[in-house]
Amino acid sequence: MLVARNLYKAYGPLQAVGGVSLDAGVGQVIGLLGPNGAGKTTTIGMLAGLVTPDQGEVRIAGKPFGGDTSETKCLLGLVPQELALFDELPAGANLDLFGALYGLNGKRLAMERERVFALVGLADRAKDKVDTFSGGMKRRLNLAAALMHDPQVLLLDEPTVGVAPQSRNAIFDNLEALKAAGKTLLYTTHYMEEAARLCDRIAIMDHGKVIAEDTVSGLLRLAPVESFVVIDLAGAFGRMAELQELDGVMEVSVSGAALRVGVRGMEMVGPLLTWLAANGAVVEHVRTERPTLETVFLHLTGRTLRDA
Amino acid sequence: MTAFIALVRKDLRIFFGDRRAVIMAFAAPILIGSFFGYVFGPKPAQEQSRVRVLVVDEDRSEVTRGLLANEATVEAVEAGLAETRDAVRKGKAPVAVVVPKGFGEAAGQALFGAGVKPQIGVLFDPSHAVEASMVKGLLTGQMMQAVTRVGFKPEAARRAMDGASLLPGDKAALGRLLDSVEAFQARPGGSGGGGLSVPFAMADEAVTAGSGVAYNAYAHSFGGMAIQFMLFMGIDVGIGMLLLRQRGLWRRFRAAPLSKSVLLGSRAVSAMVMGMLILGVVFGFAYLVFDVRISGSLLGFLGVCAAFSLMTAAYGMLIAAIGKTPEAARGVAILGTLLMVMLSGAWVPSFLFPRWMQAVTMAVPARWAMDGLDAMTWRGLGVGEAVSPILVLLGSAVVFGGVAVWRFRWEGE
Repeated sequence: MLVARNLYKAYGPLQAVGGVSLDAGVGQVIGLLGPNGAGKTTTIGMLAGLVTPDQGEVRIAGKPFGGDTSETKCLLGLVPQELALFDELPAGANLDLFGALYGLNGKRLAMERERVFALVGLADRAKDKVDTFSGGMKRRLNLAAALMHDPQVLLLDEPTVGVAPQSRNAIFDNLEALKAAGKTLLYTTHYMEEAARLCDRIAIMDHGKVIAEDTVSGLLRLAPVESFVVIDLAGAFGRMAELQELDGVMEVSVSGAALRVGVRGMEMVGPLLTWLAANGAVVEHVRTERPTLETVFLHLTGRTLRDA
Repeated sequence: MTAFIALVRKDLRIFFGDRRAVIMAFAAPILIGSFFGYVFGPKPAQEQSRVRVLVVDEDRSEVTRGLLANEATVEAVEAGLAETRDAVRKGKAPVAVVVPKGFGEAAGQALFGAGVKPQIGVLFDPSHAVEASMVKGLLTGQMMQAVTRVGFKPEAARRAMDGASLLPGDKAALGRLLDSVEAFQARPGGSGGGGLSVPFAMADEAVTAGSGVAYNAYAHSFGGMAIQFMLFMGIDVGIGMLLLRQRGLWRRFRAAPLSKSVLLGSRAVSAMVMGMLILGVVFGFAYLVFDVRISGSLLGFLGVCAAFSLMTAAYGMLIAAIGKTPEAARGVAILGTLLMVMLSGAWVPSFLFPRWMQAVTMAVPARWAMDGLDAMTWRGLGVGEAVSPILVLLGSAVVFGGVAVWRFRWEGE
C-alpha cells in the first residue's frame, strides 16, 4: 500500500535523509523509531508529498505523487506532530474544514464528521471551541481531522507527544481500531514502548538512515543479551572486574546497591548466583528483565534513544 | 471550489469570532476618524477656541489702549512683564505681546521718518508658531490703524514733523497734507480720525465638490483611518499565515490535494473581503453620522476600495513570505505600515511635508489610495481621477503578490 524506495533529502550541507526505503501493506502498522533529529519528520514529509525527495520515489497504492493537486494525496491522511487545529473554531467546524479540503461537502461531510467524532469519542464536544479542550482531547481531534476523507494510509508524526497515559491509551485504542479496519499506518515515535505495542514492523532510524528493520521480536534478537539479571545486594561488592570476566556475562552495571548483569542465556542465572555467594555477596532479591528496543538501539548506535 | 470556499469562510469566521480584531478593524477607525474629523474640520463660531494672548502694555498711550481687545479670534489678557515670559515658557499662554514705554510717541514720529522705529516684543511658545503668526498679522493691522489715527491728529503730527529732519520743501508739502486731513476730518459726517485701515477685504472660498458645498473633514479622516486599519488587517493576514506554519496547519493544508494558488488565493480573497467590509462599515458610519458623501464617482470610489483591498491582501502575503517567524515579522511589519500610513497623508496632509518627502510619498501605494478616496468623496471628481490611483494600487498588488509567491517557503516545512 505504501512503498518508499531509496529516499534522499538534503538541506544544504545537512543530509536529513540518506537512502530510506519502507514498505507497508494493507492493515499493517510500521513504526519509525528514532531520536529527535533522526530524519523521521523529513521522511514523513516525503511520504506525504510535502517534501520533494532529492532522489527516490514514493508510491501509494501503486500511484506516485504528481504535484500539489495529485489524487494520490486523497489516499493519505497526515497527523502532524503539532496540534494542527484552529483553536478559535468549534471542533465540528475544524473537521468540516479539513473534510472540505478533500472536496467533501453536504451530507457526505456531515456523515464523515459523525463517523470520526464517534471513533475518537468527542461527539458530545462537537460545538465546543478547541481552546476549551484538554491536551489529550486536542490530540484525538488532531487524529480525527486526518480521518475525515477516510484515507487508506495514515501517517502519524509523534501523535502522542505531551499526552497523559490515559489519553495515550485512548489514542492507541483508536489506532488499533483503524488497523483492524484495514488501514495502513506509519507511526513515528521516540517512545519504544509505543512502537512495541502497536507496530507489526519497526524501522530504527538514526542520522537519516534506517539502521535496522524487522518485527519487534526480530529486532530484540539483535540485542547482545538474552536477559538482564537484577540482583539487590545487602552490602557492597568489590569484585566487579572478576564478575565481568565470567563466561556468559555480557555486561555489568551498578545502580546503588543493585547489580544489573546482562547474560547470554537464562541458563547462566544459576551459576551467576552461586558465584556471587561464593565470593561474599549477600543477595537479598533477584529478578530478570527482557532486553528492550532501547537495548537494541543502544547496541546499534552506542547511544540511548533519549540522549541521542 | 469546495476547499477554496471553506478556506475563505474559515478566515472570515475566525476574524468575526475575535472580538478584539473586530473592534480594532471597525470601531477603532470610526472612533479615531471621528476625533480627527472633529479636530481638523470647520466648526461653528461658538465652538472655535480663541487664542489666549498676554498683553504687557507699558506704554499705556492712546495708541496702545485696548490692544487686541476686539478681535474675535483672540482673548487678550493684560499681564505684567515679570510673569509673562514665565507663563509662555510653561505653556500657560501661547503668545504674549510686550509694548514698551514710549511706543506710541516713537511710532508717531517714525510714521514721518523721525527717530528709530520702536519695537513690539512678541513672545511665543515654539509649539504655537502658527498662532504667533496670526497674532502678528492682527497686531500689524491694528497698530497701523491706531498709529495713523493718533499720528494724523494735527497737533501730534505737527509735533512729529517738527522733530523730523525734513527738507524745507518737504516740510511745507507735508504741512499742506495735514491741513487737508484736518479739514477732511472736521467736515460734518466725517470719519472723525479713524486712522488708516486695510483697504480691502478677503473673500475666502474652500473649493470642494461644488459651489456652496462645505468641506467635510470627516471624509478625509475616515478615509485615512480606514486605510490605516486595513493595513493593520494586512499585517494580521501575514502573521496569521506564519502562525499557520508554526502550528503545523500549513503542513496539513499542503498534504491535501490543493494547488498553491488555492492556498494563497483563498487567503487573498478573504483579506479582500475583510478590507471591503472595513471600508464599507467605516464609510457607512461616516455617511449616516457625519453626512460624508461620495460626491464624485461611485464607480471610482468602489474601484479605489477594491484595488486597495487587493493591495492590502498582497501586502499581507508579502509579510508572510518575508517573515521568518510571527514574532520577527510583527515588529518590522508594524514599522513599515506606520511609515506607509504616515507618508500617505492619512494622519496629517501631505502638503505639510518637505518637498522631497512629498515626492517620496508618490511611491507609497497608500498615498494613492488616500488621494483616490479624497477625489471620490469630498473633492467630488469624476471616475477619470480614480484611474491613476486604481492602476497604481493594482500594480502594487501585482508586485507585492509576485514577490510573495516568489519568496514563499513551500518546501521542507
